[in-house]
Amino acid sequence: MGESKLDLLQGTLDLMVLQTLAAMGALHGYGIARRIEQISGDEILLNQGTIYASLVRLQQRGWIGAEWGTSDNNRKAKYYSLTEGGRKQLAKDAAYWLRLSNVMGRVLSMPKEAEL
Amino acid sequence: MLNPKEAMNRIRSFFQKPQRDADLDAEIAAHLEMAIEENRQRGLTPNEARRQALVRFGGVESAKEKHREARGLMSLDILLQDVKYSFRTLGRDRGFTFVAVLILALGIGANIAVFSVVNTLLLRPLPFNNSRQLVRIHQKNPKGGESSMTYSSDAMQEFQHQTRLFQQVTGYFAFSGPANVKLIGKGQPQPITGLLVAGNFFPTLGVEPILGRQFSTEECLKNSRPVTMLSYPFWKRQFGANPSIVGQTVDLDGTQYTVVGILPQTFDFGAVFSPGAKVDLFIPAILSGDMEDWGNTMALVGRLKPGVTLAQAQAEADTLFPRLHFDLKHPDWGGDYTAILVGLKDYVSGKLRQSLVVLWCAVGMILLIVCVNLSNLLLARAAARGKEFAMRTALGASRGRIVRQLLTESLVLSLAGALLGLLMAFAVVTWLAHQNSIALPLLANVRIDGAALAWTLLIAIATSVLFGLAPAYNVARDNLQAALKDGGLGAGEGRSHNRRRSILVISEVALACVLLVGAGLLLRSFLRVLDVDLGFEPSNAAAIRVDFYESDSVKRGVMLQRILQRIEQIPGVETAGISDNLPMSLNRSWNILPKGHPYRKGEFPDTFVYVVTPGYFNSIGMRLVKGRDFHWDDNDKTLGTVIVNETVAKYLWPGEDPIGRLATIAGGDARVIGVVADVHETNAETVAGWQMYLSATAPQYGPNGTYLVVRSKLPPASLASGVMGVLREINPDQSANEFRPIQMFVDHASSPRRFFVILVTAFAGLGLLLAALGIYGVISYSVTQRTQEIGIRMALGATMEQVWRDVLSKTLRLTLMGAAAGTAASLVISRTIAALLFNTTPTDPFTFAVMILLLGTVALMAGYLPARRASRINPMVALRNN
Repeated sequence: MGESKLDLLQGTLDLMVLQTLAAMGALHGYGIARRIEQISGDEILLNQGTIYASLVRLQQRGWIGAEWGTSDNNRKAKYYSLTEGGRKQLAKDAAYWLRLSNVMGRVLSMPKEAEL
Repeated sequence: MLNPKEAMNRIRSFFQKPQRDADLDAEIAAHLEMAIEENRQRGLTPNEARRQALVRFGGVESAKEKHREARGLMSLDILLQDVKYSFRTLGRDRGFTFVAVLILALGIGANIAVFSVVNTLLLRPLPFNNSRQLVRIHQKNPKGGESSMTYSSDAMQEFQHQTRLFQQVTGYFAFSGPANVKLIGKGQPQPITGLLVAGNFFPTLGVEPILGRQFSTEECLKNSRPVTMLSYPFWKRQFGANPSIVGQTVDLDGTQYTVVGILPQTFDFGAVFSPGAKVDLFIPAILSGDMEDWGNTMALVGRLKPGVTLAQAQAEADTLFPRLHFDLKHPDWGGDYTAILVGLKDYVSGKLRQSLVVLWCAVGMILLIVCVNLSNLLLARAAARGKEFAMRTALGASRGRIVRQLLTESLVLSLAGALLGLLMAFAVVTWLAHQNSIALPLLANVRIDGAALAWTLLIAIATSVLFGLAPAYNVARDNLQAALKDGGLGAGEGRSHNRRRSILVISEVALACVLLVGAGLLLRSFLRVLDVDLGFEPSNAAAIRVDFYESDSVKRGVMLQRILQRIEQIPGVETAGISDNLPMSLNRSWNILPKGHPYRKGEFPDTFVYVVTPGYFNSIGMRLVKGRDFHWDDNDKTLGTVIVNETVAKYLWPGEDPIGRLATIAGGDARVIGVVADVHETNAETVAGWQMYLSATAPQYGPNGTYLVVRSKLPPASLASGVMGVLREINPDQSANEFRPIQMFVDHASSPRRFFVILVTAFAGLGLLLAALGIYGVISYSVTQRTQEIGIRMALGATMEQVWRDVLSKTLRLTLMGAAAGTAASLVISRTIAALLFNTTPTDPFTFAVMILLLGTVALMAGYLPARRASRINPMVALRNN
């Protein structure tokens, strides 16, 4: 399975979590993990457990908040939501990521010397 | 990257570990339940739903670990875990821990103690403000003792006025001995020690009284009101630290002195200027109108102006000093002064630098041996724990983690050792600081201070890395599977392990060898010093300072004769005599010239002068080589009598009979009536100088003290009361001076060498012990490992003796290799201590032979126990075991 799925680059999971929260509003860890899996079309290799390291890191940096709440089917769960700082960080990181992928795209589509 | 908010949160999380972990557990549980529910809704069986949920989640423990990493202070967490684990493992292995901590404590403790001494004597500046500006000024040729080191009061004052590079020049009277003042109060007069200092002495040093004030300028003038400043210990001892004593008077030798100030506790005159001496109070020297006639008596100390170098000041002194006057009333006499400027710190402890560095190296070597020893112990232990580590590795511990764990264990051990060592060092240092009998400067100031604590921590950490690294490296390198398999049936461990341990032992033996040889050379030097013919016989003689001064020579003669007659009547007293100065204590010097020889400065060395009574030579055990002793009627005013030592006789009248010759002494004529053997007047190691002895009854030679020397087979303590009784009978004001064996003066003079020899020898002994321990450990371990092999050999017919010899030969091989390396190193290193040796060559074959023999013997003894054990192995038991 390792070959067919994408390994996550350092820091990308944090960005995905931020974006998920921005799009979905307050959500618990399981919900975030499921959402990322769905959006990525099961293309990335994600142990759901690793999401919690990302969540606590973002929380301690002050970018997301956390609160225990009750889920739709009456279950206790910890809900995460984006803070104002997190919104700014998301804008910054997203812009950076787009620029980088843009550049990467251009570099990788560079024609070979023989074709020039 | 550094987010302050995150850093704060990480620290907070670190301390809220239990809550945060519980929170995470609940979150993960909720996560899994939601996943299971969703899976079940998709139609999976409960078991399958659970299984898939767990698969998608990944490792629960690893997720938790990652969470903790992202949340708290991981390295601190690990450290705490490791420390906790270390305590547990070390607590389980009490015997090992005890030995290891003890060895470390000895090594580290010795290092702390020596560091404290080195720090105080060499590294730390003197306890004065801007002490680097302070300079001791003395004459170029100190051959004549203190007299040729000092200057007259006129010369000192002239220099004070003429110098442009010194802020201040001050001095103290260099010729006052202990117990030179009587404190008269209630009860018997008390002997105390007073010192004359120039009025600006304390301001120059930058010492401020804690109570009262400095001496004023008026108080340093002739006929001014007598004043004094008290040292802190004296103030505390004598006056119970009563502050109201300032302004009151004390009676010194019958004169009322007003106490104007109390000196701070940090000021210890003796510690800096006169090792071992305790000065109780200070009195301003009356430089003008009083001291001009005293000759060269002031020892000079100056404070350079900021930015002035020693070389500049020396250049100035070279031009100024030759022009200074000995006595301004007689400008034609000429001072012919010279000056050498030495930084006060260098003057105080410069001579000791080399000894201290040697001492420092010796304890450094001890520490190295300790490290090697510990390394060895840990290697053996690590080998025994191989399976434990393999197990932990198999359970997922990384190699780095295990190495870290091992280093933490070393650190815990070494910190425990450092703590115990600190206690030992504290005891040793406290003891040393109270040894007045050791003539080392600043010794009283030695203490464990912040620097020593920092040093302790530094060496504790360095030590732990040094001895912990080898075993940790070993573990890191070890193959997991080999380790798990190892320790199986008699496999023992690989040869490489054994070789490493052998190399450690060899280096340990080599280090011990170097220490032993160095200590041996110093010890032999010390024995040679003790063997020196001093020219007098210290055993069975004791001396006491007599409170007596009589300027009239006739009255003086009568009095002295009476004292001696009465003393000699005391049962047990063989002979008694009186001199104004004793060998190996204070001295002064004049000049002696053959009569008719024109005086030319510097042609003949200054000559130590002693004014003595008849019988003094006998009582101190000096040998009259030729001629006769003094008589009580050697008191001719115009033609004096003199007894010279062999050196003077040889130089002044070479090849002739000196008896009956005429000499010029103190401006008058004197006839030589005798020759005595040379006396080592300063210490046993320096060559005897020129010495002459004058009659105490002659009016032209004034004695400057009165010491009664008594020769008796009885111990001084049992005579003391009788002697004191006689002295009190003759002079009721005689103060309770100590009746001291002459040997004490001799011991005091050699005490620095004794101090270093004792320490270095102790360290060498310790090194030897540790090396023996190392050998024992390795041999004993190899015997244990090879129990089965030995059992098989014995079963195949090897005799006990063969096994025994086999083990011992291994010991011998290790020892010989170590000793060979050590000897080679010693040959190089001993050259560097050549200057510390006395009548001993650095390659002294006898010392080398004895020390190597000693090392070999001890090593064989260390190997003997395991060898005996090996030879007693019962083949049946050995083979059945395991």
